[in-house]
Amino acid sequence: MNISQLLSQVFATLSALLLAPLLLGWINQSRAWLANRSGSGVLQPYRTLHKLFNKESVMADTASPLFRFVPYLIFGCMLLASAIIPTLSTDLPLARAADAIALVGLFAVARVFLALAAMDIGTAFGTLGARREMLVGFLAEPALLTVLFSSSLIASSTALKTIVNKVSQSEFTIYPSLVFAAMAFVLVFLAENARVPVDNPATHLELTMIHEALILEYSGRHLALLEWAASLKLFAYSTIGIALFLPWGITDNLDPQSILLAFILLILKLAALGVILALVETLSAKLRIFRVPEFLATAFLLGVIGMLTYILLGA
Amino acid sequence: MLNGPPLNWVLWVIAVWMGIGFLGILALRRFGLVAKVLFPVGGITGLALVWASARALTSDTVETATLPVGLPQLQFHLRLDQLSSFFLLILGVAIVGISLFSAGYFRNGAGTAPGILCMEFHFFLASMALVLIADDAYAFMVAWESMALSSYFLVTANHKLPKIRAAGFLYLLIAHVGAIAVLLSFGILQANTGDYTFANMRLQQISPFWASVAFLLAVFGFGAKAGILPLHVWLPEAHPAAPSPVSALMSGVMIKMAIYGLLRVSFDLLHIQIWWWGVLLLALGLATALFGVIFATVQTDMKRLLAYSSIENVGLLFAAMGLGLLFRSYGMNELAALALTACLYHVGAHAFFKSLLFLTTGSVLHATGERNLGKLGGLIRFMPWVAWLALIGILASSGLPPFSGFVSEWLLLQSFLFTPGLPQSFLNMLIPVAAASIALTAALAGYAMVKFFGVVFLGQPREEKLSQAHDAGFLEKIGMLWLALSCLLLGLVPNFVLHFIDPVTQVLVGEGLARSGGANGWWLLTPTSLERASYSPIYFFVGVVITSALIFIVVRIFYHGRMRRSAPWGGGHTWQNARMQDTAEGYGQPIRQIFESFFDMERHLPKPEDNEPEYKVVVNDKFWKGVYLPIARATEYVSAQVGRLQQGRISIYLLYSFLTLLITLLLVPGVSR
Repeated sequence: MNISQLLSQVFATLSALLLAPLLLGWINQSRAWLANRSGSGVLQPYRTLHKLFNKESVMADTASPLFRFVPYLIFGCMLLASAIIPTLSTDLPLARAADAIALVGLFAVARVFLALAAMDIGTAFGTLGARREMLVGFLAEPALLTVLFSSSLIASSTALKTIVNKVSQSEFTIYPSLVFAAMAFVLVFLAENARVPVDNPATHLELTMIHEALILEYSGRHLALLEWAASLKLFAYSTIGIALFLPWGITDNLDPQSILLAFILLILKLAALGVILALVETLSAKLRIFRVPEFLATAFLLGVIGMLTYILLGA
Repeated sequence: MLNGPPLNWVLWVIAVWMGIGFLGILALRRFGLVAKVLFPVGGITGLALVWASARALTSDTVETATLPVGLPQLQFHLRLDQLSSFFLLILGVAIVGISLFSAGYFRNGAGTAPGILCMEFHFFLASMALVLIADDAYAFMVAWESMALSSYFLVTANHKLPKIRAAGFLYLLIAHVGAIAVLLSFGILQANTGDYTFANMRLQQISPFWASVAFLLAVFGFGAKAGILPLHVWLPEAHPAAPSPVSALMSGVMIKMAIYGLLRVSFDLLHIQIWWWGVLLLALGLATALFGVIFATVQTDMKRLLAYSSIENVGLLFAAMGLGLLFRSYGMNELAALALTACLYHVGAHAFFKSLLFLTTGSVLHATGERNLGKLGGLIRFMPWVAWLALIGILASSGLPPFSGFVSEWLLLQSFLFTPGLPQSFLNMLIPVAAASIALTAALAGYAMVKFFGVVFLGQPREEKLSQAHDAGFLEKIGMLWLALSCLLLGLVPNFVLHFIDPVTQVLVGEGLARSGGANGWWLLTPTSLERASYSPIYFFVGVVITSALIFIVVRIFYHGRMRRSAPWGGGHTWQNARMQDTAEGYGQPIRQIFESFFDMERHLPKPEDNEPEYKVVVNDKFWKGVYLPIARATEYVSAQVGRLQQGRISIYLLYSFLTLLITLLLVPGVSR
């Protein structure tokens, strides 16, 4: 590991850390515009975080130590995940620490701890949220893996950096299997990030809420960390999607110019992605919780079809 | 002395365990002696086994010996090769933890006397070690049967309860049906030479048909011991019925003896491997894994939940072995080594985390007297040691990085992704589906484990008496800590562990992962090449710990650490109580809904006019009604028909004897000529 690798790694990680709330703000602002509202501005997530960090934390008197350290742990997991995903360059030292499967494992660690923390207090809402989150998780996780398998089969590697290099460096071809995989990925993306139609990040309605029920007992700095971690997760998933399906622009070297170019391209891609996401969310209605398994089973099957397509057509 | 031949060491360990067993009879009612001396000594002896088998694994030698026990002309042939040594290593490590725990666990009380328990326990250990070094069918079957019998008596330790007696009987029955199949398989393998040593079986070139028959019999026989579908029904009955350390031994270690047996027969004793054997094992394994995990998620008894989870893990082991066979049959030895490494890694991982989890249920059971998930909860406040150790166990069991279960699942998925190289397009189509179902199983395992830990240790206590629960004793803590450390070791330094697996796969398929696995540094696991896949658990662990700690400090510096305690938010109400938490049944509800066709469910819902409304749902195994009851009825019918032959008159019986003699004479060729 040399100094330029280290610097690029720090730059990539910091940009993920700081851009993540902006992406969330951008999506919310786009949704507001689509709904003909003026919205609260793209910087609102930063203001919310600042406010929460300054507030006193109120903790349930039944909370165990597990409950207290989980926000830090989840934040650490999400930060590590965004550091591992090749966002700007594939030549980063941490990119080797985990391949696509291990990355899914990292998200699963965060999910399991969040569910455990929600069960720790022993309220009806927390346990309900934990159960639903694990339900979404066990359906979304294999679906995500099938998506990643489709890409892995093309690159004959599960390492994200090899996948990115393979798709972006070779000449432009459309892989039919990736089309199915991309459709599956969109569905998983919506479910994993608690977006409409699976969950609604804007309400606390006990009949439908998942993510909000999990973090209901958190407040102050702990809540801020969890909110930030959630936006990091959104960012990480977006960059996974970019790495798998739109990797053009991600460099394979550490040249400052190409990294800057990659950075600008990344922002443009994220902006476009945010608008599309806002559009999807505006156009779809929230599903009943019992429809969620069907929704995710569709994603799972699309992923499997993607793999089968690769094996049938060899592309 | 320390450098003596490892096989001698193993024999001494077995002798010591037998000796402890006999001492147990002498100290029949002297509880203090049994608990404070005999069990810890047995556990420490396990360390000798670890040392000996680790040395045998890392040296290239294969030792053989003949013990003049048993009948004349029929001695015990013993052999310590790499495959045996690996399983002995796992056995040794697990036993150190379990025996130390047992020293603190067994109480003087109802059921079998402590001395007898001590005897059964140590005979069980000795017979498992003997299974692993047996080198002829006779020694193997003797050891196999003593293993089944001693564990049967351990299961029925609390024999005053009729339910436990029934569970024990079921176990004994299926164990023996399986043993017959194993014996028949050996009968085919010796190919009419009359020589039942394994050395002779290796030389025989039996035809593909008879090889397949021997393989199928072995799958049936060993599958019955491992709990493969549809022979699994005894497992969720017998494993939970036993005292917790015994459950740990059975689920964590004894199941692996069946895996060992099947590996021995299919990769070592049989000279050929046929592709459909692999497909069969893969299909059986996947079905078992999915079935096991789905049932685990709907259980309401904590030990049954773990037992079903063992069925799931056995399924994964079978699937990995099947994949290895498949690759082997096409001569793709490197990939076979990858799949087998995944299998062997999971053998170790499951042995440690499942033993650990069963031991924690033992502590919970002691502290609260409850196994029912509906009456537990909040124990992390009263039994912090047990809870945090159980947390390590469930994380390893859910296959989460950087713990042990993840490494084996990762290796397994890697070997699945290599399958497009297989020459059969039909198989290529099948494999993605298989990989996807492995992913689903792994994710569901996480669901089951969150349920287990969350309901037992988190939340508010569901019963008043739980707040009186005390933490585990000193020896119990040491035992669990040992196993938890083994889980961590297996998770964090996979390249170190590969050095112990490599010799085994070298012997079985001629390839190994140790060189390529650690080619890019000890911290980075790269099973084939760096470009293809890499995983570094140390980076993961250190990365998460460092970032979490950093965040903590940064938040403290830039903001503040103020905190106030208050009652949890009750949605505006103040009378929130422990019964409002989600229950184990509630946690199983989505699964019951999604996988409804898997279950045979009895639902009792209250009517509006009921004065004492009762809600009840019982989930049964479909295999009982579908497979076992018809077999039982058929057996009953046949025996009733056979009963007709018995007229009770001497002359009729004499006629039978005469007829039998006549037919025999006709059939024996030498006499009729």
